[in-house]
Amino acid sequence: MTGGSNSIARQTGNSPGPLPAGTPAPDFSLASGPDTELRLSDLRGHPVILVFYPADWSPVCGDELALFNELLPELERHEAEVVGISVDGIWCHRAYADARHLRFPLLSDFEPKGAVSRTYNAYRAGDGFSERALFVLDRGGIIRWSYLSPVDVNPGADGVLAALEGLPSPATPIGAPS
Amino acid sequence: MSTHLIPPLGDRDHALGPPDAPVTLVEYGDYECPYCGMAHPIVASVLQRMGDSIRFAFRHFPLAQVHPHAQHAAEMAEAAGSRGKFWHMHDVLYRNQDALEDEDLTGYAAHLGIDPDWAAQALATHRFAGKVREDFMSGVRSGVNGTPTFFINGIRHDGPWDGPTLLEALQSAASMVARR
Repeated sequence: MTGGSNSIARQTGNSPGPLPAGTPAPDFSLASGPDTELRLSDLRGHPVILVFYPADWSPVCGDELALFNELLPELERHEAEVVGISVDGIWCHRAYADARHLRFPLLSDFEPKGAVSRTYNAYRAGDGFSERALFVLDRGGIIRWSYLSPVDVNPGADGVLAALEGLPSPATPIGAPS
Repeated sequence: MSTHLIPPLGDRDHALGPPDAPVTLVEYGDYECPYCGMAHPIVASVLQRMGDSIRFAFRHFPLAQVHPHAQHAAEMAEAAGSRGKFWHMHDVLYRNQDALEDEDLTGYAAHLGIDPDWAAQALATHRFAGKVREDFMSGVRSGVNGTPTFFINGIRHDGPWDGPTLLEALQSAASMVARR
């Protein structure tokens, strides 16, 4: 990467940066719809991609989430689950997901605002919204890769794919051909 | 994050210009993307200005969930490519971004002298979907994060792509090669 590390250093300033590889991912339960919640620990057994992003509707976010949307077949090959997380409310998420045909859950880190984002060091307190941050969790819920992007730069998905490919295969794949 | 073109420009690509040109420009694009539509005449104009010193290739990056016609349009470009008409179809598609239904696509094929029944069959059987997906995944690997994304001599061009800026970036790449 060319020049990216400088801009990231500027971006984070004195903040400690996103939770690093090797850290157990803090569990959470967030609304995924008006009557539904998603608990991170319920996804154990699958690699999980957490996509923190600043806001629904902003153009860069649209590209970023659209990219993961198009990549779902590849992510499914890794049996990976992807969720988007921002401080937008559930009704905003629903309208946005409908408009962009998003086929993965968007979670509302809405009340207390940004609480989950903060536990991942992925919150911009001064701005009041989540960072543009990516986390890849292994099947046991340990963070194996994390990345903080400048807030106005779509990080793309190549880092996530490489991280998924670097995860160990499950020890005893259930129902997988040997 | 990657900013380098993977794989490099090669035989699998649709390319214009001399193979030994000092500058290569690769565009990842989507035929239904309005920004790509805006970029199309800009690219044509900079290619003309650069003459024999540039080689240009186009790779597909359809965001099919947002642009429901983009996938078939890309497949039709490939179908035409297999009949030696890729660039003709490429141009027709960008000039008709608001008419990309399947019957439009087969109509364009017929207009270019390609059997429309064969073209319709190619869409129905996803005959060229694999090539389009290969392009898309190469884009993901290369750090494409939206459309259009340009690579100049294999490095992602992150600046604006209005005509003067793009031309300047290409000329600067050409002079760097000349100095080596």
